[in-house]
Amino acid sequence: MMRVLRERKGLQLFGLMLPGGFWLIVFFLIPIAVIGAISLMGRDDLGSPTLPLTLDAYVESVDAIYFELFLFSIWLSFLTTIATLVIAMPVALFITRLPKKWRNTMVFLVMIPFWTNFLVRTYALLFLMRANGPINNALMDLKLITEPLSMLSTPFAVWIGLVYGNLPFMILPLYSSLEKFDWTLIEAAQDLGANTSKAFFRVMLPLTAPGLLAGSILTFVPAVGSYITVELMGGGKTTMIGRVIATQFGTAGNWPLGSAMSIVLMVIVTIAALLYFRVGRGERIAL
Amino acid sequence: MPDTLPVDCAVELRDVVKKFGDVTAVDHVSLAIRNKEFFAMLGPSGCGKTTCLRMIAGFERPNTGEVYINGEAQGATPPFERNVNTVFQSYALFPHMTVAQNVSFGLEMRRVAPADVKRRVGEALDLVRLPQMAGRYPKQMSGGQQQRVALARALVNRPQVLLLDEPLGALDQKLRKEMQLELKSLQTQVGITFVFVTHDQEEALTMSDRICVMSQGRALQVGTPVEIYERPNCRFVADFIGETNFVNGKITVIEGEFATVETAAGMRVVGRIDHAPGQRPAIGAAATLSIRPEKMVLAEKRPDATANAYEVRVISVGYVGSDTRVVVSLGGERVDVWEQNSVSTLDPNYFFHPGETAWLTFKPDNGLVLTA
Amino acid sequence: MTTPSSSAMLGGKRRTQPLIPFETAGKLGRFGLLSAALLTFAFLYVPIIVLVIFSFNSARTGAVWQGFTLAWYEKMFGNERLIDAALKSLIIAGVSTLISVVIGTLTALAMERYRFRSKPVWDGLLYMPVIVPEIVAGVSLAMFFSLLSGAIRSIVTAVTGEVPDDVDVRGFFTLVVSHVAFSMPFVYLTVRARLADFDHALEEAAQDLGANELRTFVRITLPLLMPGVISGALLALTLSIDDFIISFFVNGKGWNTLPIYIWSALKQGVTPEINAVSTALLLFSIGIVVLSLVVQRRHT
Repeated sequence: MMRVLRERKGLQLFGLMLPGGFWLIVFFLIPIAVIGAISLMGRDDLGSPTLPLTLDAYVESVDAIYFELFLFSIWLSFLTTIATLVIAMPVALFITRLPKKWRNTMVFLVMIPFWTNFLVRTYALLFLMRANGPINNALMDLKLITEPLSMLSTPFAVWIGLVYGNLPFMILPLYSSLEKFDWTLIEAAQDLGANTSKAFFRVMLPLTAPGLLAGSILTFVPAVGSYITVELMGGGKTTMIGRVIATQFGTAGNWPLGSAMSIVLMVIVTIAALLYFRVGRGERIAL
Repeated sequence: MPDTLPVDCAVELRDVVKKFGDVTAVDHVSLAIRNKEFFAMLGPSGCGKTTCLRMIAGFERPNTGEVYINGEAQGATPPFERNVNTVFQSYALFPHMTVAQNVSFGLEMRRVAPADVKRRVGEALDLVRLPQMAGRYPKQMSGGQQQRVALARALVNRPQVLLLDEPLGALDQKLRKEMQLELKSLQTQVGITFVFVTHDQEEALTMSDRICVMSQGRALQVGTPVEIYERPNCRFVADFIGETNFVNGKITVIEGEFATVETAAGMRVVGRIDHAPGQRPAIGAAATLSIRPEKMVLAEKRPDATANAYEVRVISVGYVGSDTRVVVSLGGERVDVWEQNSVSTLDPNYFFHPGETAWLTFKPDNGLVLTA
Repeated sequence: MTTPSSSAMLGGKRRTQPLIPFETAGKLGRFGLLSAALLTFAFLYVPIIVLVIFSFNSARTGAVWQGFTLAWYEKMFGNERLIDAALKSLIIAGVSTLISVVIGTLTALAMERYRFRSKPVWDGLLYMPVIVPEIVAGVSLAMFFSLLSGAIRSIVTAVTGEVPDDVDVRGFFTLVVSHVAFSMPFVYLTVRARLADFDHALEEAAQDLGANELRTFVRITLPLLMPGVISGALLALTLSIDDFIISFFVNGKGWNTLPIYIWSALKQGVTPEINAVSTALLLFSIGIVVLSLVVQRRHT
């Protein structure tokens, strides 16, 4: 059946798009433009942005310290994405093999952490891993250690925090993609002589790639700009871009630098997203 | 195509063209559908029949040409202002409303008084034989029942024309046949014009008063089922309706109502030729003889007829109970012959067997020489 | 070696979900899958469960179990600032969700039903809030509002000749506006997905029966779209209540939301009271998820 799209019915369309369009432009695009503008400004002694326009902030944002910081953030986020992928795949597979009734319950169980407060979830992890926390206390009670393990404030802690926080974002798209997968194709491959691993790599993986990529983007992007997780799990010692940006607008009072870093961060994220749209097939994610 | 336009015209399409981008879905179609007629639009998918229907309903507007309903040009009139109703292919019953609410929807839109609405809904449901279903929801009903609700919903508004878009497509064979009869009797009962779109030619032949055969956006032929079947005006129609055999060649003789077609191999067949003025072909023109399988006779011995008698070899024999379908080779070409088993016998020699030779004849009257 | 497919033996009718191919990997494979899944679920839930348990712990500090108590919950309900923050969160969430839903639905209708040249641009634009990191959204809005405050100050000065003491637009207005900005695209995506699956024939049928475009929309389209709209609304509600980063950067005096309160409490030290608040928030979120599922199930 043909779907009829109305040709631009001028006024009607304008009215429909007006609120959304207005909101996006005024409260999204323009603020980013503001940041962009500030990133090109210099700064005076009080820390306020000044003219004339200059690229100083950008230069500063890619100097040694911050450059390392960017690399570290990207690297850690990348590790997070890999880890979540490895963990999420078996779970998603597991859910697809359950009978229909159970599948919905399982998805529901995965959705709950997805819907609960990110701050609370990260705090839960923090609580668990503290020097004075249940894990340490249990280990000490069991006489396995004499001193509490200092797990927090390390890159490891931040990584765990990122994996923990972003896991549901990987499981759901992955599951969605696997669910649509036609298993008879695997049978056909086996019928034609492929063993399990060949069937997996040559048939299943390519076809589930879009879901994989969607999940990867949904994990990588929040991770790279992460603030809450870094602040809570990294203490003061391990830090990432998101936190540094926040400080620039807070105590450090260097707005142009913060803005420049934000722009760079956005560029990184946009590149990742473009990679997805180029390689994946832009499958719409069912929310 | 139609010769003279009847005065009593429910729907008319005049030289209608509809394009979607580069694709021409309807290519200069002119049709006149009479009042109280059961009119079928028949053709393979993509032929433009549904697009024509949608233009009558008002969901599409012709690029050029005009749609008339009851003599009035429709122009850009939207569907909700036209006095026609549609039964959709997927039924399109409103899932969030009960059967009664579905059926009364059109009446509500026209602000019919509630008491009248109740009565008319009851009548409509009685008409389609679903009196107890008023409070049910569509998803609680079978496909056949849903279809009847869709019918009731359309008919309750007493439209001048009822449009049906392949309404029986989703039903199983048995239900289909039942519904065909029901629809036909319903139409007679209600007394309005039905315009029925289908790709099933058996359906069209059974139910319609007249059929329009369409292909690739063009209306090829309009006529009664008998006219369409016995006097197709082109190869497509001859082939699309029922089964037929084609013999291709050139016209060598034209004598009165008959013409002789000679194949490249030198075989001659004689058949009727169309008399329509300006349609007489010239000698030497390429032509095809169309002869239907049931119109031919297979015999053991050479018959007396002088024309259209050929020796053939039997390739295969298919017994289907009521008739026998024999495939023979006529000079290398495959020909289907259907013979009715009008004699009850167990004698195996009654039937032909593969490999045997036989004589194939048909009367020139039964063959049709086509040049289109 | 090929395994005979059970589906082939089921009278020739193929199921779309035949026996798992990894069956050929044997019992080990299946056991591995099960244990991996269980471990993952444990990983996801253990911290949360521990958090909840310790909200009932009578010990002031530390995670040594000392006894069951509801004291922390009592304290929580008696904490004025906390209750105030919770209320503020609810108000902001309510108002912004309402606005988001309306805007998101209108936008979804426009994008799904109409053809216009700038569509791809809008498609991209509408995906941006999903992709842009929250920290960037937060600081950019903060800067924007700061600019706005400055502009208003200048205008007031120019008009009245007096320099106002302190112009700060931040507060309720900025919170609501920012929340709408980031939740609207999610409502839009949800409603648009629902629209895409919408059976267009239903609207044609309504028009065929005499309903003009407005009446078709009100009687047919909207009711059938409702489950999607409600899903979107619940999503927006959750996003708003849970939001920390953006709220942190755009809030004003006296407009602390619950996550902001929790954050500042955390900065001062971990207490079981925070556990109690967290548990309450958790239950609230779960309630919304359940609600969302009930709504969806009722209409499918």
